[in-house]
Amino acid sequence: MNGAHDCGGMMGFGPVAREENEPVFHAPWEARMFALMSAVGDVGGWTLDEDRSACESMRPGDYINTSYYEHWLHGAETLLQKHGLATLDEIRSGRAATPARPVTPTSAAAVWPAVTAHGSYQRKASVPARFRPGDMIRTRNIHPETHTRLPRYLRGQVGEVIASHGAHVFPDSNARGGGENPQWLYTIRFKASDIWGRESRDLIHADLWEPYLEAR
Amino acid sequence: MPHDGHHHDHDEGSELSPLALRVKALESLLVEKGYVDPEALDVLIDTYETKIGPRNGARVVAKAWADPEFAGWLKRDATAAIASLGYTGRQGEHMVALFNTPETHNMVVCTLCSCYPWPVLGLPPVWYKAMPYRSRAVIEPRQVLSEFGVSVPETREVRVWDSTAEVRYLVIPERPAGTEGWSEEQLAELVTRDSMIGTGLAKQP
Amino acid sequence: MNGPHDMGGFQGFGPVMPEADEPVWHHDWEPRAFALVLAMGMTGSWNIDQARHARERLAPVSYWSSSYYEMRHYALVLQLIELGLITAMEEETGRQAVLPKPVKRVATAEMIPAILSSGSPYGRPSNTAAAFGVGEKVRTLNINPAGHTRLPRYARGHVGEIVTIHGCHAFPDSNAKGEGEDPQWLYTVRFTAKELWGKDAPDSVCLDLWEPYLEVFT
Repeated sequence: MNGAHDCGGMMGFGPVAREENEPVFHAPWEARMFALMSAVGDVGGWTLDEDRSACESMRPGDYINTSYYEHWLHGAETLLQKHGLATLDEIRSGRAATPARPVTPTSAAAVWPAVTAHGSYQRKASVPARFRPGDMIRTRNIHPETHTRLPRYLRGQVGEVIASHGAHVFPDSNARGGGENPQWLYTIRFKASDIWGRESRDLIHADLWEPYLEAR
Repeated sequence: MPHDGHHHDHDEGSELSPLALRVKALESLLVEKGYVDPEALDVLIDTYETKIGPRNGARVVAKAWADPEFAGWLKRDATAAIASLGYTGRQGEHMVALFNTPETHNMVVCTLCSCYPWPVLGLPPVWYKAMPYRSRAVIEPRQVLSEFGVSVPETREVRVWDSTAEVRYLVIPERPAGTEGWSEEQLAELVTRDSMIGTGLAKQP
Repeated sequence: MNGPHDMGGFQGFGPVMPEADEPVWHHDWEPRAFALVLAMGMTGSWNIDQARHARERLAPVSYWSSSYYEMRHYALVLQLIELGLITAMEEETGRQAVLPKPVKRVATAEMIPAILSSGSPYGRPSNTAAAFGVGEKVRTLNINPAGHTRLPRYARGHVGEIVTIHGCHAFPDSNAKGEGEDPQWLYTVRFTAKELWGKDAPDSVCLDLWEPYLEVFT
């Protein structure tokens, strides 16, 4: 989706605002939001990609006008309704009005093991890799209306494969509830001069899945 | 304040919205500085409120339907042909007429701002200037058209014109069947504003 | 500038909202704001490209969450303050605190009809031959200037076909910087939907593009 989240190369947002001794959370509600999303994510039955997709579904004007944890709030409200865990009325009133879904919430004791567990998005490959480090590729010019991790500024561009990471969960499929559909994942090196059309020695790297790429 | 197209400020009476107050303050300041003539402001508003609007464009289209010679002129030099009817000026300095055909349906947008042929269509509607139309018309024109109730067969090319320069585009919709022998005045009644942007078709008789 | 104004191809802005019997204005302040923008433009303090670039330089948040006339008002204020025609304090109070700067022209009510009906044509005499002919294939350059340009992001680095030659027109990329009109050949270039969006559709998009945006495609 060519949404407001896809801001690579956009101009006009002003300088990067740095903060001395930045706190972990800037308001108590941010901490609660962070914890809520993590805890309910364990029982909600949605994937990380679906979560990202939900955050990106905010109205673009709202998306750029709100802070990071407000995006999370929007994502949580969207997913709770979509997965039948709460209704909009319940979310707005803060009161349960329908029977809860039978789930087992993460206990306090289970949090530390859960956050330190060694997770992985790598999956067993079902087909051989199409590309190898050193290969030149061109990214496809695609504009799906749904979630994708190929940013607009890297579409239709020539790059070089510099690493192969094995097959990984494919977000474009996983975000739609279409299954993990694992695909080969590569790190691709682009020349900034190709991407932005101006003289530069700089390089840009992005991790891109095989369906985004074609042989050059 | 986000604008939803249906919300109205309570401008009347003494309770002015913050924006209304800011505009009012700027007007009195610019008048005080002598940069603008308050009466000129009234004339400007009246011009686009009552004198210039899509009926001008409808007359151009009706004449093109009724008069093949005028249609030919419009194709060759729309600026001059349209000027011959008295429609000239700001935001219409370089006109091009886009004739819809059985092969091509034309549709106009300005993705970068809101360029629009003022002398023939007046000021653009809110939706033309708003982000949904500006973002979507170039990437999914058929979906946008279907929301306007226009379905274009796959055999016909939808040709979108993004007004990036000072050239302004007027769509000439296809003449509806069953209007043989109609006068230009009658024909003009069938020409809607949207049909001249390309998000609509001419009315059927 | 890859600013918030460069809207072509964005997704997620929702449906187009046509309004039955739409009025010319939706708020009482809108006609006044509109007339102020036009009347100040008539003072000759800036050209059309500088005015457009002022809008593009508004904060993206402001640009995306303002109504059209609201956005125009903010951009006008930005220009007035940048050029020293008013101060920020004066804008706040609505009262003059420093003497006005001279402007080239103040349009009176009597002058308006003639100004509006004559417009300001942008065609200029050419002193070079056009580099491209109708039917020729061209590729748009991949440029990302920090200043004003009328080559939208979605149409950069793509191959299209020249369909019309419009003659030489003032070049916005130069004019917006106050570096003169630097007239350049202007063409209408047609791109297929397949080329721009990778979609199998019989459709196309035509853009008006100046020669410096284009290179020969072989």
